[in-house]
Amino acid sequence: MKLRTALLGAAAAFAMAPAAYAERGADGEVKLTFPQAVSIMNPYLSGGTKDIYASSMVLEPLAGLDPDGTLVPKLVTEIPTLENGGVSADLMSITWKLIPGLLWSDGTPVTADDAVFTAAYCMDPAGGCAQATKYDGVASVEAVDASTIKITFTAPKPNPYNTFVGALSPLLQKAQFAACQGAAAPTCTDQNSMPVGTGPFKVTGFTVNDTVSMEANPNYRDPAKPAFATAMIKGGGDAESSARAVMETGEFDYAWNTQIPPDSQAAMTAAGKGQFVVAFGTLVERIEMNTTDPSPDLPEGERATAKHPHPILSDIKVRTALSKAIDRSILVEVGYGAGGNPTCNVIPAPAAWASDNTGCLTQDIEGAKALLDEAGWTDTDGDGIRDKDGKKLSLLYQTTVNPIRQDFQALVKDWWSEIGVETELKAIDPGVFFGGDAGSPDTFQKFYADVEMYANNSDSPDPESYLGQYQCKNAPRPETQWQGENINRFCDPAYDAKFAELQKTTDLATRQTLAKQLNDMVTKDSMTVIPLVHRGTLSAHSNALGGVRINSWDSELWNVADWFRVK
Amino acid sequence: MTDISAQQTGGPQPTSKPEKPASARSAIWAQFRSHKGAVFGLAVLGFLVLAVLIGPWIWHPEKLSVAQAMKVRNQPPSLQFPLGTDQLGRDMLQRMMQAGKVSLAVGFVAMIIAITFGTLIGVLAGYFRRLDGPLMRMTDMFLALPLIPLLLVMVMLFRDDIARTMGPELGAFSLIVFAIGITSWMQAARIVRGEVLALKEREYVLAARSIGAAPHRIILRHILPNVVSPVMVAATLGVAEAIITESVLSFLGLGFPPDFPTWGRLLFDGLQYMQLYPERVIWPGLAISLTVLSVNYIGDGLRDALDPRIRGR
Amino acid sequence: MLTFTLRRLLVAIPTLLFISLIIFLLVDLAPGSPLSDIPLTVPPDVRQRMIEALGADQPVFVRYLLWLRQFFWVEPAYLLDGWLGTSLAEGEQRILSWQSRSPVFTVIGQRLPQTLTVIGTAYLLGVAIALPIGIYSAYRQYSMFDQFGTLFAMIGFSVPTFFSGTLFIIIFAVWLGWFPTKYDTQLSVTDWATFVEQLRQMALPVMTLGLANAAVISRYMRSSMLDNMTQDYVRTARAKGMPERTVVLKHVLRNSMIPVVTVIALGIPSIFGGAIITENLFGVNGIGAALIGAINASDLPMVQTLAFIFAVLIVAFNLIADVLYGLLDPRIRYD
Repeated sequence: MKLRTALLGAAAAFAMAPAAYAERGADGEVKLTFPQAVSIMNPYLSGGTKDIYASSMVLEPLAGLDPDGTLVPKLVTEIPTLENGGVSADLMSITWKLIPGLLWSDGTPVTADDAVFTAAYCMDPAGGCAQATKYDGVASVEAVDASTIKITFTAPKPNPYNTFVGALSPLLQKAQFAACQGAAAPTCTDQNSMPVGTGPFKVTGFTVNDTVSMEANPNYRDPAKPAFATAMIKGGGDAESSARAVMETGEFDYAWNTQIPPDSQAAMTAAGKGQFVVAFGTLVERIEMNTTDPSPDLPEGERATAKHPHPILSDIKVRTALSKAIDRSILVEVGYGAGGNPTCNVIPAPAAWASDNTGCLTQDIEGAKALLDEAGWTDTDGDGIRDKDGKKLSLLYQTTVNPIRQDFQALVKDWWSEIGVETELKAIDPGVFFGGDAGSPDTFQKFYADVEMYANNSDSPDPESYLGQYQCKNAPRPETQWQGENINRFCDPAYDAKFAELQKTTDLATRQTLAKQLNDMVTKDSMTVIPLVHRGTLSAHSNALGGVRINSWDSELWNVADWFRVK
Repeated sequence: MTDISAQQTGGPQPTSKPEKPASARSAIWAQFRSHKGAVFGLAVLGFLVLAVLIGPWIWHPEKLSVAQAMKVRNQPPSLQFPLGTDQLGRDMLQRMMQAGKVSLAVGFVAMIIAITFGTLIGVLAGYFRRLDGPLMRMTDMFLALPLIPLLLVMVMLFRDDIARTMGPELGAFSLIVFAIGITSWMQAARIVRGEVLALKEREYVLAARSIGAAPHRIILRHILPNVVSPVMVAATLGVAEAIITESVLSFLGLGFPPDFPTWGRLLFDGLQYMQLYPERVIWPGLAISLTVLSVNYIGDGLRDALDPRIRGR
Repeated sequence: MLTFTLRRLLVAIPTLLFISLIIFLLVDLAPGSPLSDIPLTVPPDVRQRMIEALGADQPVFVRYLLWLRQFFWVEPAYLLDGWLGTSLAEGEQRILSWQSRSPVFTVIGQRLPQTLTVIGTAYLLGVAIALPIGIYSAYRQYSMFDQFGTLFAMIGFSVPTFFSGTLFIIIFAVWLGWFPTKYDTQLSVTDWATFVEQLRQMALPVMTLGLANAAVISRYMRSSMLDNMTQDYVRTARAKGMPERTVVLKHVLRNSMIPVVTVIALGIPSIFGGAIITENLFGVNGIGAALIGAINASDLPMVQTLAFIFAVLIVAFNLIADVLYGLLDPRIRYD
């Protein structure tokens, strides 16, 4: 009798299962793993992607971006536009309306004051806010009433969807963070590790650089979500071990950033426990050309500055030849597999913003040789290396320590040797390379090498600020303590003029055309940047986890509320 | 490489009996030869050294273009590629030989630096009470220094100057060997000091001192021969550690340029292919283990050969 | 011996202060910045303000003095407050990590248990395996057992932990599915089932580290025993008709312990220092993983504090080793 009821009960539960994910907390625990552990849950104090993604499960912006780069409302009733009057006709302000009855996870109401406070929190110069660019050009944020937020800009904003949009600028609760503004920001340990949010989960436990434990937010606005009762993010290890924990041992449901060799990707997928998903954003692996002379014979302070143009790379023919010698499809095959595509653009996506420049995709060794001959570089002494006026065509090629980049270095070196260019390779610890320490000779800004390779991306679909990097004034130099984003010291008044035009233009189609022209100016027209691979972020999820929609314009966990257990 | 191993075997000569040097040396050699493990170790080490020195003259496959190499990626061992190929279609045998030259040189030179320095500090600290305090506090400090920042600072300060005066490759070699040596002598120093503290109170040392023997004579004649065996263990461990540490250094950008293979680096690079192509980690792993094993047996044989109590039997 | 110990303790204070200064300067001088992890999309002026908010732009001596004050005054006061309910540290700034903005000692407190259980067990296991192997290998030199022990030791230390650890993961976790690959730090042992779970997740890291430790210690034990086996006093003891057991385990062993004690004493601080690679590989969030993470992120307060605690332990255990020398060999005199 007892067994019978138990069996019946089990059968009933089984029959109910398909409907179960319509109920909050019905699917138990979801386990995520990141190769880098989460340090802090407040994205305003950390620019690290791991921290931003983790906090996006708890903290939410007013609106987010979906996988196509389209705005989706999160805490607001609708996206303000010119048509619905949310954006003022002069593009000087934008007004957001909060969903009525919205609650923080502690049960208190979300009001426009929280947004006003969040803006003040990040714009306080003493707070060291990592997302300050999200509040660039904001004159004031005011609470028109309890549920209406009005943001006024200092100048007309063609793209007003910057502040409070995306995982980089979520809302903080004023009540919780009131004492943490300005210089006190870093000292609020409890607030920074367990922020109160509106997201589908709330933090229940946080061990620094290890584990975040969460449970479903009882006050989440959709009563049926999230499907999982608890969630945890375990950090540490490497891409390999994270991928393995999802794809082979099945210990975890989701692993972010599992960049492993293409062969291993295929082998792990064959294990049948999970699958890899790729988010293509704007990340481009590229070789940057130094337009200045990095010779160690020059005195410190003049080395690698605009005072001394590069003796070899100043000639566009040489730069073009170097690009022509590279077969980008082999690079993709060796390094990224499904996680990359060959590209000739610094802005490869979204499609509407990407130039149709494909000229570099076919390798042309003979063409490259001809160009070098034309430029006067010939092999006069028969040692296989071209020379001119007694100077060898020899380049120093640096990048960070990373197995894929070292493979790329080896391949590029071989191709360049086929066209008679000698290459010396150098690999630098990424912490030093990207650290920007003015005292170190090995930072990518100092660029004490002829060419260097790394990846960079635009943090929003609209690439205005990204393109702004190549203005003359942004060149790193001793006067700026070697800070600056124009790594190549590229300097073209025509570029600066066109960029100023982009800043003023409000019409979307014209903006896109201008962006494409700017992209071409640094790539195919001047060959200052040689884009190689348009890289995606490779993540892995278990076959038992449903609802995953990978996103490159917002947090990858943007729709974690919709995730469910596949039964 | 050859002169390094010569130093290695010739190192502990001060212990040979001075009155009849020739016969003592031949007695040592005879005892060493009778030690099967030692002969085996010497043979294996000799083979490895020959392989990395002469091998490249015998085995030099023609350089493939990138397009050709792409067709032979990740090949298993075959006649054309006796040890297979790597993820870029490069011949593993050729890479193993190139790598061995660097790894063996780094391993032995760094070990010799660390052991010499460690033994010197250990003996001085153990024997002279006045030096004990300062030297051991210095040892404590080196043990406490975090290794990675120390190495990064060393690269930042010295790499460019050394590369300019010695050339990039020799510069990198000296820097690596120096960096490994300077960060791994402490254990040897502490062990030797501990032994010396006990040895110097033994009757024969007291006797030597009481007849007025000079400290350097006591150290050379009576103390050093008796600390040989822990030093030998430290040396064996040191070679393995240096080979591995070199690969760690490459990951800090301190090592050789990235197109310069070493056993440690091949092992580390092969790690992510371990499941698919296990031979990628087996070859370098085997080479390192064989080196360490042979050094260990040679050390065993040497110790027996140098111990007059054993040699007599 | 007592005056020697006291004198050494007194000398330790300036030594440690000096070491702390050297560590501080070294870590500060090392290239790298706390912001190297921040995406390139964050512009330089924002980075500058973040540096200022961390206080990383202050002159190095100001920061060093601040750290000294925080380490020797604020943190102990805070600890007292916790125990006695006083308010000595009221309003004082504790040592904050640059990376996580949480107090360094909170992080250490969270991590110490994992390090002690996993690395400590591995060390104890290593010593427990190594001593008998070393003793018996020496007693029966060149026997089958000795040859096998030698091979085991050689493999143990010629194979780096990053390699053996990955190999164990593939064999025992991926193929056999016996053990988990990631250490769950949230697991609390409350009953038999969780205890078994804890043992399972400790198995792989303990195996990896235990092998490496046992290899090293067994070699020193063996070689030191061999040295003593042929000494005159052993022959005398045997000639007196002493049982072989007493000769080996009492006379020879005691006299062979000096190098072994040194190695073990040097190893104990490294338990607290954690095993950097192993902890990282298995996701054991111990001190070692914290140290490497902090070094990569140029988190100076964290690196400095950990390195200094490490220095204190090294000085302490070397002192203990010196005291033990005197006990093992009464002829060693320090005064």
